[in-house]
Amino acid sequence: MKLELRGITKVFGSLVANDHIDLIVEPGEIHALLGENGAGKSTLMNVLYGLYDPDDGQILLDDEPVTFPGPGDAVRAGIGMVHQHFMLVPVFTVAESVALGYEPAGPAGILDLASARRKVQEISERFGFDVDPDALIEDLPVGVQQRVEIIKALSRDAQILILDEPTAVLTPQETDELIKIMGELKAAGTSIVFITHKLREVRAVADRITVIRRGKVVGEASPESTETELASLMVGRSVNLSVEKSPAEVRDHGLVVSDLTVLNGSTPVVDRVTFEVNGGEILAIAGVQGNGQTELAEVILGIEEAAAGSVSLDGEELLGRTVRQRLRSGLGFVPEDRSTDGVVASFSIAENLVLDLYSTDEFSRGVSLNLDRIAQNAEARTKEFDVRLTHIDDPISTLSGGNAQKVVLAREMSRPLRLLVASQPTRGLDVGSIEFVHKRIVAERDQGTPVIIVSTELDEVLALADRVAVMYRGRIVGIIDAAEAGADGINRDALGLMMAGVPLEDAVQQAAGHRSVLASADAAAEGKDLT
Amino acid sequence: MSDSSTPGHAATSPRTGSSVLRQIVGGDVVISFLAVVIALAIGGVLIAFADEQVATTVSYVFARPSDFLAASWEAVSEAYKALFRGAVFDYEADTLNRKVRPLTESMTFAIPLILAGLGIAVGFRAGLFNIGAQGQIIVGGILAAYVGFAFDLPPVVHLLLCILGGALGGAFWGFIPGILKARTGANEVIVTIMLNWIAVSLIAYVLTLGRFNASGTGLRSPQIDSSAAYPPLIPDALFPGNTFRLHWGFVVAILATIFVWWLLDRSTIGFEIRAAGANPHAARTAGMSVGRITVLTMVIAGALAGLAATSQVLVGGGSLTAGVAATYGFDAITVALLGRSRPLGTFLAGLLFGAFQAGGTLMQSVTPTPIDIVFVVQSVIVLLIAAPPLVRAIFRLPDPDAPPRASRAATKEAAA
Repeated sequence: MKLELRGITKVFGSLVANDHIDLIVEPGEIHALLGENGAGKSTLMNVLYGLYDPDDGQILLDDEPVTFPGPGDAVRAGIGMVHQHFMLVPVFTVAESVALGYEPAGPAGILDLASARRKVQEISERFGFDVDPDALIEDLPVGVQQRVEIIKALSRDAQILILDEPTAVLTPQETDELIKIMGELKAAGTSIVFITHKLREVRAVADRITVIRRGKVVGEASPESTETELASLMVGRSVNLSVEKSPAEVRDHGLVVSDLTVLNGSTPVVDRVTFEVNGGEILAIAGVQGNGQTELAEVILGIEEAAAGSVSLDGEELLGRTVRQRLRSGLGFVPEDRSTDGVVASFSIAENLVLDLYSTDEFSRGVSLNLDRIAQNAEARTKEFDVRLTHIDDPISTLSGGNAQKVVLAREMSRPLRLLVASQPTRGLDVGSIEFVHKRIVAERDQGTPVIIVSTELDEVLALADRVAVMYRGRIVGIIDAAEAGADGINRDALGLMMAGVPLEDAVQQAAGHRSVLASADAAAEGKDLT
Repeated sequence: MSDSSTPGHAATSPRTGSSVLRQIVGGDVVISFLAVVIALAIGGVLIAFADEQVATTVSYVFARPSDFLAASWEAVSEAYKALFRGAVFDYEADTLNRKVRPLTESMTFAIPLILAGLGIAVGFRAGLFNIGAQGQIIVGGILAAYVGFAFDLPPVVHLLLCILGGALGGAFWGFIPGILKARTGANEVIVTIMLNWIAVSLIAYVLTLGRFNASGTGLRSPQIDSSAAYPPLIPDALFPGNTFRLHWGFVVAILATIFVWWLLDRSTIGFEIRAAGANPHAARTAGMSVGRITVLTMVIAGALAGLAATSQVLVGGGSLTAGVAATYGFDAITVALLGRSRPLGTFLAGLLFGAFQAGGTLMQSVTPTPIDIVFVVQSVIVLLIAAPPLVRAIFRLPDPDAPPRASRAATKEAAA
């Protein structure tokens, strides 16, 4: 089925989320919708799926104009959507989940689960999904849950499938499998709209690419474009994707973590973890979300308690000290969840910039706050970190995510540090802000500070790290020297395998014999770039 | 003194005008004001409803609706006029002193409401629902009264010691739920409610003890020394021969309001209180000890409630009775809510409620409207404050808590 969007416009208050967007998706085509966070991709898809009413414009299916008052109408017309956050009930089986919403019923109104099971099996076999219709959703890995969502859409005869940031939650291997599935679906004639901001994936799978910026279509690109070309189109200026950094000048002192264990009840969430970070190097902790990285970072800060082991900085034991003592002794901490742990939303930007320093002599006299200094500090920091704001006394909730993150970084990096721990430092940021944050982190390293980056983004890990430690189920599976990471992608694959729990040596061996779709695409692109 | 301004909100701010407008249109001040207006309107309907004259005219309302309307207007306007005369200015009185007296009465009633309300407000800002002002007032009252009648001290020193005693008593009663919450996580709502009952039993017991029970009735302590009483605030020279009850406790209420403003907006302690109240996770991550803040907040809240007791006990010929707290501890919750937990707002809300109390008494005596209508008005205010979205919906105001629609769309996009 051919899909055409003509002049779609959607306005929220003063913000034009979609400004006369035209888009044509041919039958059996994978069409990537590329754009930064906030560019208007999801708004456009929500219009198509009947969740928003467009203010202007037309939707045409096979050249017939249609309107969708609600998602039900879109589904009936053959449009399926897989949201980034799955809409599944954990205690349902796969078959029940697929039946949910259009429950097939027998004559007496009795739920006909048998037909739902048949449908799951049929689709699963046709596309090689390998999904058991009787498995409980909560027992399935994220990648399989996503397949359930796709089966759900296909079982309603979706001819056009919208995938909203489908790879955000997947390991590299799961991403590979998804890319294969997308290929199968395409071969069967299903059109796919693939929403993403990840450049590598776009080049690997898309037939055509439409780039959206600030609610407008700014261009079409072919998958042969280089990442830099795509990024420039997406951001609207030329960007430098690779982080420029000199080889690490490692110094002696630093952080030594040994046999560190954190318990949740009686199960270890951090399990006998041992590693060192020297001054002047960046150690990245990689891994799929929820494998103990959060707890590891929090135990270094002191809001999580260690059951055993030691954490020593420059020879001084940190465990047993209060959070404040650790912060004041030179620990910079960028929490993983900015809005929960990093800022107080109702506080002003200036107040948030001294959230952990307000009681120092610099910002207070006795118990009285020194408002002048706090204001001066805010002016200086926001200028230095290029925070886009109207006024330093505005609540921080008025800032975009990228600017709020800059506030957190400015606060944590504006004092002499002996250790920097940054969790997901660029989550939810646009390309421009990511570039800036990466530069600042590298600059901190170059001053001789030991730096720990916790990140689930493999691209970020590889761009920043001098060494990479992979965590799986609370343990460190292995530590790889990032400098050895060749352009052939072996290390990327090895890291991906380690993130799924494969031990270091096996992972390296397996990776050498196998090349992921993304790695191949990289190699192909590089070959092209050279010629 | 703009208590709602954040630090650094100097006049240099280039967007003062628009920010004030935003606050007034979308902000809490308007909600509070509208809540009072609606509550008075609903009170008016009830007054008309209960009026006999109106009831008679309603039987032929279709034949002569003007009678019904006139009677309703008469009933409501008479009641509210009496309320005004009793609370602000009695234009029908014959001497100046009598004309002005209602206002001083309102201010007198307002003192304990303001002080206890400030205590509740400080708790609210720290994210603590302190229901225990009632008990804190009682324990503060016991201590203040004891220092008042048991010691023989020079005038000013005696009064100051009594005030200190009241604050310490309340602070102690606030410390208990604070430390329990910090150490064991015990819910402060439940603990403070239980402590209220314990305080009620405690004062009944204390009044039967030795020096408290000099009269032998077990109902009333000895009178406090005149040296321990708040002197009258309005000097005789200004209004010769006045019998105003208004005393220096009102100055204590003003000072406490300024103190709380400084504490919350200008001190490191207030910074912690507000941070812990708005986002305890971020406060903890920034190295603050949320437990310590909880204890400190409850101690300050208790001390303020304890001060409320002094305005009841430390008056000429005053003594301690089991009813020292009246319902001030609970009315104070309404006052803090209406004042949006801001010092100045709480002060003004306390004055308003003091006025209701003073005016309600006169209204009851000169019109057929019972004082209960004042309680109805107060209750409706609570309902409206507790349901701000309702008020916003009635007046179609934007929700200031939600991001503007534009950025909400952007947030959605970012989440997707």
